[in-house]
Amino acid sequence: MEETLEKPDKPVSQKKPKMTFESKGRTVYYQLQDKIFKYFALAATSLGLIVLVLLLYSVFSSGFDRLDWDFITSLPSKRAAKAGIYTAWTGTLWIMFLTTIIAFPIGVSAGIYLEEYSSRSRMSNLIEINIANLAGVPSIIYGLLGLEVFARFLNLGASVLTGSLTLALLILPIIIVSTREAIKTVPYTLREASFALGASKWQTIWNQVLPASVPGIITGVILAISRAIGETAPLIVIGALTYVPFAPTSPMDEFTVMPIQIFNWVSRPQKAFAENAAAAIIVLLSITFVMNAIAVYLRHRSQKKVKW
Amino acid sequence: MIKNSLVLAFSAAVLFSCGGSSDKTTSSTDSTSADKYEGGNTLKIDGSSTVYPISEALAEEFREQAPDARITVGLSGTGGGFKKFVRSEIDLTGASRPITASEDSAAKANGVVYFEIPVAYDGLVVVVHPNNDWVKSITVSELKKIWEPSAQGKILRWNQIRPEWPNQEIHLFGAGTESGTFDYFTDAIVGKAKSCRGDYTASEDDNVLVQGVSTDKLSLGFFGYAYFSENQERLKLLPIDDQNDANGKGAITPSAATILDATYQPLSRPLFIYATKKAYEKALGKDFLNFLVEQSPKLVPETGYIPFDVETYKLVKDRLVAGKTGSLFLTLKSTVGVDLKAELKK
Repeated sequence: MEETLEKPDKPVSQKKPKMTFESKGRTVYYQLQDKIFKYFALAATSLGLIVLVLLLYSVFSSGFDRLDWDFITSLPSKRAAKAGIYTAWTGTLWIMFLTTIIAFPIGVSAGIYLEEYSSRSRMSNLIEINIANLAGVPSIIYGLLGLEVFARFLNLGASVLTGSLTLALLILPIIIVSTREAIKTVPYTLREASFALGASKWQTIWNQVLPASVPGIITGVILAISRAIGETAPLIVIGALTYVPFAPTSPMDEFTVMPIQIFNWVSRPQKAFAENAAAAIIVLLSITFVMNAIAVYLRHRSQKKVKW
Repeated sequence: MIKNSLVLAFSAAVLFSCGGSSDKTTSSTDSTSADKYEGGNTLKIDGSSTVYPISEALAEEFREQAPDARITVGLSGTGGGFKKFVRSEIDLTGASRPITASEDSAAKANGVVYFEIPVAYDGLVVVVHPNNDWVKSITVSELKKIWEPSAQGKILRWNQIRPEWPNQEIHLFGAGTESGTFDYFTDAIVGKAKSCRGDYTASEDDNVLVQGVSTDKLSLGFFGYAYFSENQERLKLLPIDDQNDANGKGAITPSAATILDATYQPLSRPLFIYATKKAYEKALGKDFLNFLVEQSPKLVPETGYIPFDVETYKLVKDRLVAGKTGSLFLTLKSTVGVDLKAELKK
């Protein structure tokens, strides 16, 4: 072992190893393979980081100067220097809040049902396959569904509620799948212990299984919400607006969101609007980072409490 | 602790979803301060992304005289805007092309009567890289030779267009097939809307095209005039000769003046806002449309487009007052080379 490490550049041939050194040659080969894979994995990891750093650099260098309190509290405007994102970020927060409230209970309940109650039947297999497929449906399709069902058939119009319902549908499959994965990690012995003490199935789920799987569920939900607040296409389809001079005050109000405002500014000819877009991207990224931080904190806190 | 927070989350969810559903029946948008405007203080504008900057500017400035009005602007595109317009889901829609016959009959079927309001001119420019020293101007038939469908895979070098140009590749940049810009350019140059070669770099975002042309010495591209005026130092503008001396001799360089006096042809087009008659009959709608025709000469240039002369806006207003509804372009078919003032007078 020591010897081979000292001579790592010794030529090694896999095809014709010398009989006597066969095992040694193999070891060197495997070590080389190990190293190559290690550096490949390192390169793959750093690629993601480099892209993030480049993105942050380009966004901050062009948008940071534009970012001030006025920008956060002003209405959109034809003058880039006067324009702000007040209605956009309030719209995004409304959407985020309502979407969570709609998707969280439904998604978690569905996950619990599929994992704990449903028996292995053809029907449940069919449901599972469909949920997995739904997770891969392009978001604009959900927008068309939302437009027809919520905006037109239920007559909710292009309201915050329509947008939230549409995005809730979009992220339901993600929440269901992550809930199921989280529940699966709870050891079966825990349930058996609970049953042995005379607990009913519901008591077992509520007092044992759910608390133990909360970290996984919350991580899944927050990642799903992070995806939802970056969506533009389905919201444009349901009729979300671009210029709204008032912040929503009820779920039935019309609204705009940050990605739509950013998209609009990026496509304008005047360069000052591109700076506005960069500044708005910083704000949107901050919202996402704060949400991820909350997810990490909640996960950490509840992990400490789970002891078995 | 966890149990409690879960219970809280679930009960909050139930509470809120009930709250949401009970709101369905009431429409809260009309309830506040509707006193000043009879017939409601909301006005919904949607439509083309090209017209959007104009709608936004008008909505923003109108707030100064009517702070209570709730005017919103969406961005569904010309076609998407008309779809909502003919269903009366919106009051006004911006369009970078006139209404089509099928959209007009959909409006009729739904009982939607509308006004057609030309608001501004938009020029399309043909540009090359600033270091391109061989092209001084280009004719419409040369542009047609480059862009017509049969050029695909064949017209690939500069000297195929004019023999004295260098024997080097030509790299083409243009609007994507979904945009009104593409429809107009192909209609004006090739002679048939949407008829175009497919092997060029296409983007719906004109900023991408600016970037493409300004970094490639062998490039040629077309896009909206506003995108040229914001990037003048990075692009070279080509004068265009439409080979028709009746509207200006030789090659004409696009500018606010040549677009307005219709000598820069055929690549200048009118932009429209369509308004339902119902919206005009409401106090707010009437105020807003009057504001539109009065303030456009001042506001349109700020958005990068070219306003009509005052007389044209007056003709537009006369049509509103006289209640002349419907589109001029159902019979004219195309906006290429149209004399707007003469048509409005009819």
